[in-house]
Amino acid sequence: MNGIDLSVNVGGLKLKNPVLLASGTVGYGNEIAEFTDLNKIGGIVTKSVSLKPRKGNPPQRIVETPSGMLNAIGLANVGIEKFITEKIPFLKKYDTALICNIAASTVEEYVECVRILKDEDAIKAFEINVSCPNVKEGGLEFGNDLKAVGRITEKVKSVTDKPVIIKLSPNVSKISEFAKVVKQSGGDAVSAINTLVGTSFDINTRRPKIKNITGGLSGPAIKPVALAKVLEIKRNSDIPIIGIGGIMNWKDAVEMMIVGASAFQIGTVNFINPNAGLEIISGLAEYCEKHNIKKISELTGSYQI
Amino acid sequence: MINEFSVFRSIDKINDSTHLIKVYSPSIAASAKPGQFCNIKVSDNNFPLLRRPFSICDVNGDEIHFLFDIHGEGTRLLCNKKNGDTLDILGPLGSGFKIEGDYDTAVIVAGGLGSAPFPFLIKKLPANKKIVSFVGGRSKDLVLTYGLKNVFTATDDGSDGFNGTVVELLKMELENFSKNKIRIFSCGPNPMLKALQLFSIQNNYDCQLSLESAMACGFGICQGCPVESADGESYLLVCKDGPIFNADQVKL
Repeated sequence: MNGIDLSVNVGGLKLKNPVLLASGTVGYGNEIAEFTDLNKIGGIVTKSVSLKPRKGNPPQRIVETPSGMLNAIGLANVGIEKFITEKIPFLKKYDTALICNIAASTVEEYVECVRILKDEDAIKAFEINVSCPNVKEGGLEFGNDLKAVGRITEKVKSVTDKPVIIKLSPNVSKISEFAKVVKQSGGDAVSAINTLVGTSFDINTRRPKIKNITGGLSGPAIKPVALAKVLEIKRNSDIPIIGIGGIMNWKDAVEMMIVGASAFQIGTVNFINPNAGLEIISGLAEYCEKHNIKKISELTGSYQI
Repeated sequence: MINEFSVFRSIDKINDSTHLIKVYSPSIAASAKPGQFCNIKVSDNNFPLLRRPFSICDVNGDEIHFLFDIHGEGTRLLCNKKNGDTLDILGPLGSGFKIEGDYDTAVIVAGGLGSAPFPFLIKKLPANKKIVSFVGGRSKDLVLTYGLKNVFTATDDGSDGFNGTVVELLKMELENFSKNKIRIFSCGPNPMLKALQLFSIQNNYDCQLSLESAMACGFGICQGCPVESADGESYLLVCKDGPIFNADQVKL
């Protein structure tokens, strides 16, 4: 590990290493802190917060699928007020970058959330969720609309100097077009991918296994899709990319960086191995040492095609 | 909460479908409370991907015991473990039964595999508490009395004990105990818990329910195991706020 620089800079967001815990997979950090040392993690992306608290979807919310899982949590969250008074004070104690993920049903609501939170010193960047597949309003409706993504990026950027990351949906025909629009509208980075829309039915009752009927597919099953989407963005745009999708270990992480990610998020693996982030960091350092890589950022987009 | 690489010690068949496994897991065993559960990775690969939650059936020194039916792929894999195999376990998770307090008799109500958490509860109850167990099942071979005390049984088909549901049996028998101050500890299928919840609330009985839910993480981060709060205002999480709830706390 000696002398290897694991730090990365993603569109102005400085991280001590490229490992981020994905939004909606670690809540607000307090539960996973019992199993892992958050001080060693590059950053935490908090559970989507909305202006008002959201109760979330009724059960059943999740179902396991081959090498993956479907979820339809429905953006259950405490709302922005409690987020500030109860959640930020806890997360502040850790030496890790705090990235605040925001969900909203109107452009104005995104802007209002960022306006309220922009002076919180602890928050180092905003991740704008325009791609949640599990809520009726907002979410995917925006994520499927190039103009809406551009407008949200521009409006949010106009109220904050902090890096703005737009979380993109894979449920579109050409994800790189969305990345380009984010770049043109002043966005600092994109994170890709959010979950893929999927469903699962019980063959005896012929009913959907998830109450919401469809859910977002995550886990190792989606890694090849995520890699292809990140590569597509990398080859068509120079916007920095945070890679997400099915990363279970350091090898997956290296692969994600090679196809174009400057940093990456781990999600579903946290449910199974809450210490995965730390294991990935040490695996990355060993890989760099073995391959004589001095700075991990050299890996980003280093594919040979 | 600990992630402990434990050692598979033994497996015993309790009846046609139910198995008891014993696992060497000293750290989890040292901090476990009755009613808590563990989330077990049953394979070394992505199939199945998620851990499987199991009630802690008993703790004996450095060993934890789990009681389960072969239900799907996960339990089948668990059943095929060999003595000495490593088992990746997260635990102990969730709230336990509240056992302190002012009552004379602990009334256990279990349906099917719902008997699982009670051997450990019985072991940990203060010595001055009387214990009585009501156990139900569809038929005689599905009535699980392992590790229970002073057992009354009920079966849907009348093949063992009372012919009817365990809650109906409880209603009849409870008159004999009503001179004592009782606390009900229960675990079982949802229809049973629902009937018991209604009965307890109507009669003002102190009653704790152990709920079951599909879940991924088991410690509150996936939010996959909601149960609606009694006032309907919010969802509680079975894994973290439960699995033990007071009867008046949740809407089943």
